Amino acid sequence: MQVNLKINGREHIVDVPPDEFLLTTLRRLGYLGTRQGCDTSTCGVCTVHVDGKAVLSCTILTCRLDGHEITTIEGVEKEAEIIGKYLVAEGVEQCGYCSPGLIMSILYLEKCVQNPADTTDEEILHYLNGNLCRCSGYEGQLRAIKKYLEVKYGAGSK
Amino acid sequence: MVRVVNKPFDKIDGLSLVKGKPLYTDDLCPANALTIKVLRSPHAFARIKNIDTTAAEKLPGVECILTYKNVHHKPFTRAGQCHPELSPYDKFFLDEYVRHVGDDVAIVAAVDEKTALEALKLVQVEYEVLKPVLDFETAEDNPIQVHPEDDIFCHMPVGFDPKHNVACRVNLASGDVESVLEDCEVVITRTYKTQPQAQAMMETQRAFAYLDSYRRLVIVASTQIPFHARRILATALDIPVSRIRVIKPRIGGGFGAKQTVNAELYPALVTLKTGKPSKIVYTRSEVFNATTTRHAMKFTITLGAMRDGKIRAIDVKALSNTGAYGEHAETTLGAAGKKVLPLYNKAEAVRYQGTAVYTNMVPGGALRGFGVTQGTYALESAVNELAAELGMDPTVVREINMIKKDETTPLLNITTKGWGTEPMYMDSCMLEYCVKRGKELIKWDEKYPRRQISPTKVRGLGMAIAQQGSGLPNIDMAAATIKLNEDGFFNLLIGATDLGTGADTVMAQIAAETLGVDLEQIVVYSSDTDATPFDTGAYASSTTYTTGNAVIEAALKMKEEIIKTGALYFNTTPEKIIFDGKYIIYTDNHEKISLSEFSKKITYNLLHTQLSTSGSFVPKKQAPPYMAGFAEVEVDLETGKAEVVEFIGIVDCGTPINPKLARIQTEGGIVKGIGFALYEEVRYSPNGKLVTDNFMDYKIPTRRDIGKITVEFAPSYENTGPYGAKSIGEVVVNTVAPAIMDAIYNACGVRIRELPATPEKIWRALNC
Repeated sequence: MQVNLKINGREHIVDVPPDEFLLTTLRRLGYLGTRQGCDTSTCGVCTVHVDGKAVLSCTILTCRLDGHEITTIEGVEKEAEIIGKYLVAEGVEQCGYCSPGLIMSILYLEKCVQNPADTTDEEILHYLNGNLCRCSGYEGQLRAIKKYLEVKYGAGSK
Repeated sequence: MVRVVNKPFDKIDGLSLVKGKPLYTDDLCPANALTIKVLRSPHAFARIKNIDTTAAEKLPGVECILTYKNVHHKPFTRAGQCHPELSPYDKFFLDEYVRHVGDDVAIVAAVDEKTALEALKLVQVEYEVLKPVLDFETAEDNPIQVHPEDDIFCHMPVGFDPKHNVACRVNLASGDVESVLEDCEVVITRTYKTQPQAQAMMETQRAFAYLDSYRRLVIVASTQIPFHARRILATALDIPVSRIRVIKPRIGGGFGAKQTVNAELYPALVTLKTGKPSKIVYTRSEVFNATTTRHAMKFTITLGAMRDGKIRAIDVKALSNTGAYGEHAETTLGAAGKKVLPLYNKAEAVRYQGTAVYTNMVPGGALRGFGVTQGTYALESAVNELAAELGMDPTVVREINMIKKDETTPLLNITTKGWGTEPMYMDSCMLEYCVKRGKELIKWDEKYPRRQISPTKVRGLGMAIAQQGSGLPNIDMAAATIKLNEDGFFNLLIGATDLGTGADTVMAQIAAETLGVDLEQIVVYSSDTDATPFDTGAYASSTTYTTGNAVIEAALKMKEEIIKTGALYFNTTPEKIIFDGKYIIYTDNHEKISLSEFSKKITYNLLHTQLSTSGSFVPKKQAPPYMAGFAEVEVDLETGKAEVVEFIGIVDCGTPINPKLARIQTEGGIVKGIGFALYEEVRYSPNGKLVTDNFMDYKIPTRRDIGKITVEFAPSYENTGPYGAKSIGEVVVNTVAPAIMDAIYNACGVRIRELPATPEKIWRALNC
């Protein structure tokens, strides 16, 4: 079936089988920064934004997204570079496979918390808990994200 | 003074990775590649009576279907280790027998995934379902034989005895255990069991294959062992090694999962049969059911000691479940003794008797820690129990008994290939420092053994020590090639395999340090069997130590070549030339030329020569990294839930070449240990199906499950290591489970001797 998707600001008219997941469609269209991790919406690796909300592309059907706006890591390259530098500075990108999904969740966190300058550790854990990482041990990612928020929004982060 | 090593440089590929650049296996696969799906056994043990592919073959878009009937029958091992392997040749491409749920039955290649999946459903298989062996504790005496075929074998004398479901045995001893035990004032015997933990790297196994312009088979794979993979694929496909090239791009973690050739086999075979590019991407369920896990092990440990705390005898009986195939069976079982028992070098008698058995379960394999994690959990738990029995502080029992700087044990001679009879001294061992510092940081003297936090919550402290290896002496080999280019930059070619750990960066740091140049002047290319020199691969904690030493050798040779060529340039002798990293200087008249200018000149105008050097290294001596781990754990007495409040790891890895990356290795390793200790429960159904085969049922730690983690490095320098370095990757997992288990005991009196320590187990122990 035919579906109209706006991906990173670009219109796509795609022909998809009704049972195709967004992850498959995105990769087929060449948005390769979005990746498969678990197939069961448990690991967060495939996180993208649909209409500005963080969703797991491995379990959302493409045919249900007709007319919706999708943002992948390629669509937030500047932001990814800024956040990415903080992750790299702590060495917590490691294998890097889960980093794009994590960055999409961090961007969503920034939108959701009332005042990003006052983001608490608890809020960071709440928004990012669904992003699994088997390399870094998470501690360094918390250090990196807190530094990023501090520098971007001021020293209020706790 | 070092300039580049021991500095926290960013990973050279870091920014590309975080921005989601297409650098991983599936990102690089040609769009026209056939998609491969594997039909997998629903039975734990069965014989295929009949397999009919006619209907599936008729499906439009199906390119090729392979079963045991049309694939050659030749045993091999998928284990990535040096040849001749210690693992039995007990696997066939496809076989008449299937030996675990998830074992491969048929291979389907089609134009797309949908067609391939459709075709799988059309393959008709008639099974003769056999009674499986699902309890590894009774496997040896079980009348059912997991491997009834008679053409399997092992290259090495490891006690391979498939008639009794024995994959291998490991025995080692020093001193007379029985007679020393008789003289001991306190003797305890305890049994511990570990679960088959999953590696759970975020990128599942995957590979694609194509024929290049010379009709050679190229396999691009997410692997830790490109060179072993090349050899294993040649054996399995029955073609010469020279016809195969294996390339590892960026990979999404490995942790041992990719030290076994698995997904690579299918595209290699399909492309060879069809001439067309093909690919396979494993589902997460396939990773759980059809690859490997940490070997489940059972240890019965007897410790003999005196009332003053001196341990005099250690006797270990080990049983390992290697599942349906014997991949890494001998090496993990061996490591569980060889890299654990030397911790207690004051013992007069030590004995280790181990057996690895076949069952009809998911095969055991490599997982970060590689047997040492299991062995350390058991021995360190026993030492903690001994301390409790003696009424002594466990850190004092360590003080009395553990190996210290400049000490040795005959076990090191027994377990080090090619070493001989000279005592091998552990001259960089900083365990004593690690224990002392860990005690300070966790405020041991203040908090041990327990603090009541509320009427229902208690916090307890526990600790453990551990070691690992730094490569495998006289087995591992790594090589490096350095090439000088015009404009004064260098290519560093290494066979080593960066799994995301930062090995490429660490090797570039070592090369830059040795050459006296900046990090930016080193361009790394790694893990391509056609273009880079040999390396055994990323396992056995070998890369920093083994490949690092090879890089130093290549770089020293390069410096020598630059000086020799500089002498030709200035028309003098090499003794009169200095290379300081930037300039080649003629000492007689202080005339100099920059490296950049020099390299241009010798390429285009004068001399016309290419400077290129290689170095290789094989470890001779053991250079174990050490660690002391301290846990504070809170137990909820109402629910039985145990949570880590704080974990402190003090690590002796020699010089951390990149302290930032070494720290993350440690934090990540500790979290893996927390998962092993508390969360990662493995369950099978009564008929042998793995139930916990997804991330909803198999719970790896999330960022809420870890508590506070503190890491420090001991000031340490290993003379045989590159710039004093030892390994870091694996030792960091080992102390976590035994430290947490003792903390739980100290909190609430419950001793968990079978991992993981789930709330249910603790609650039952408290209440039933």
